[in-house]
Amino acid sequence: MEAQASADSKATDHARGATFWSDRLFKAVVVACASVMGLLLLLFAYELWQSSQLSIRTFGWRFWVSRDWDPVRERFGALPFIWGTLLSSIAALMIAVPLSLGTAIFIAEVAPRWLRQPVSFVVELLAAIPSVVYGLWGMFVMVPWLRENVQKPLAQRFGFIPLFEGPAVGVSMMAAILILSVMIIPYITAVSREVILAVPRTQREASYGLGATKWETIRYVVLRYARVGILGAIILGYGRAVGETMAVTMVIGNRPDLTTSLLQPGYTMASVIANEFTEATSPLYLSALTEIGLLLFAITLLINALARFLVWRVTKGEGRY
Amino acid sequence: MATVMSPRGGGAGTKLPPKISTRNLDVYYGNFHALKNVNLDILPNHITALIGPSGCGKSTFLRCLNRMNDLIEGARVEGSVLLDGQDVNDPRTDVVALRRRVGMVFQQPNPFPMSIYDNVAYGPRIHGIRKRGKLNEIVERSLRQAALWDEVKDKLRQSALALSGGQQQRLCIARVLAVEPEVLLMDEPASALDPAATFRIEELMQELKDRYTIVIVTHNMQQAARVSQYTGFFLKGELYEFDETATIFTTPKRRETEDYIRGRFG
Repeated sequence: MEAQASADSKATDHARGATFWSDRLFKAVVVACASVMGLLLLLFAYELWQSSQLSIRTFGWRFWVSRDWDPVRERFGALPFIWGTLLSSIAALMIAVPLSLGTAIFIAEVAPRWLRQPVSFVVELLAAIPSVVYGLWGMFVMVPWLRENVQKPLAQRFGFIPLFEGPAVGVSMMAAILILSVMIIPYITAVSREVILAVPRTQREASYGLGATKWETIRYVVLRYARVGILGAIILGYGRAVGETMAVTMVIGNRPDLTTSLLQPGYTMASVIANEFTEATSPLYLSALTEIGLLLFAITLLINALARFLVWRVTKGEGRY
Repeated sequence: MATVMSPRGGGAGTKLPPKISTRNLDVYYGNFHALKNVNLDILPNHITALIGPSGCGKSTFLRCLNRMNDLIEGARVEGSVLLDGQDVNDPRTDVVALRRRVGMVFQQPNPFPMSIYDNVAYGPRIHGIRKRGKLNEIVERSLRQAALWDEVKDKLRQSALALSGGQQQRLCIARVLAVEPEVLLMDEPASALDPAATFRIEELMQELKDRYTIVIVTHNMQQAARVSQYTGFFLKGELYEFDETATIFTTPKRRETEDYIRGRFG
């Protein structure tokens, strides 16, 4: 191919040869750009791996399952943070997904035209608020309100359920979950709305033409057509929930406990790194924090891989039921 | 008020009541007057073709018959469309029920991203048929009617999107037939297909015409001449001429019709 092309360019004229050269240069530049990203990723993983060696050698695999976190005696285990991250992000997703989908469907399918822009605008505005502002609002407004109006009644009436055990202290897993869900709603909503709007009109018309109602058309045709994209939107939101640091750190209470109660403080991987990096004076402490970073990195990669897999399965299994 | 364009009795001498009649039908898209005072009768169990240059209003007319124009923002329909004598535009008309009776096949094959089976079963399912045996029966019957059964009977569970364009269009016809409509509206159903697939669709229409009232919009005048018994010629939103297809194509009464079918414009 290439030899052919260069022979052609010689045979024709000078200008064409120059174009061919610039094509090669262009290709080299974009290949370089793409490689830089890949190399950065590798370098990044390697650095994390290197810096966590001390912790990895000291604790081995038990680091992942140990619930100790004792900087004084230098005994470190990441389980409470892994737990906190997974619990808060998954629970936030469970709240955010139905709300976001409902909003997206409203904007794309139900709302009158004049209302679409304002509603979209308000939802997207939520995404523009810096997370530290969310944290502040959470700390001074939401947490006290939650403690008095939600947590206390829950603890009194349903304290026997493990989910609502313990005293109502305000800063808690529940607060983190709520703030996270508010923060990821705009992302899931905006992407889902775009995906729903991209469903071809002919699909809707086919459904209406068969005598389907609006609800049936949305439920069985629009959402079905859009489902891969919606899955993508949800994963985007999840990725953000897993990595969110500032707002969560400000409301979750930062206690490395393995609790099932939503009323109790917890801790997440991102929060512990942000909180304790400056205090980590010993090499082992620092290394343990880095290993948590490595884990967070690995979990994020895993989520992405899983997402790819799901999308692949869904697309491949088109019409499998 | 213009005269009603009505099919004559024909050779058989028996005059059937029209399946669909439109009276003083006007459509506006915003300020654009898309359809102007159309009065037309459509006979049951015949194929009526609507021809005319792009933007002449023939698709708009078709979409009035099952109130598809409701879905277009800014569209306004005036006048009446009578299906078996009942006004489709009456606010009390159940649109969902209407669209069951008046099915539609679109220009681009638009199967749902589901299996072949689920595409055909979609209509019956939303209309409340859940029993497996009944659904199987409907799916097979509809696919047979659409002359697709033999090609797909071994791969009903496969995605409809894997079919060829012509097969997809016949699948869309099967999907419409599954809800047992009385009228079939076809909006340039073969314009995206190759000649062989087009031929199959035309053949299919001939088979279906005994049981359904078919209205087809087409850009292809040979197609109109081949498949239809009656032809209406639209120009600039008006129904210029309506007559038996043979008459329209041999001795049209109006200059414009003749110019169009001779290929002088459009």
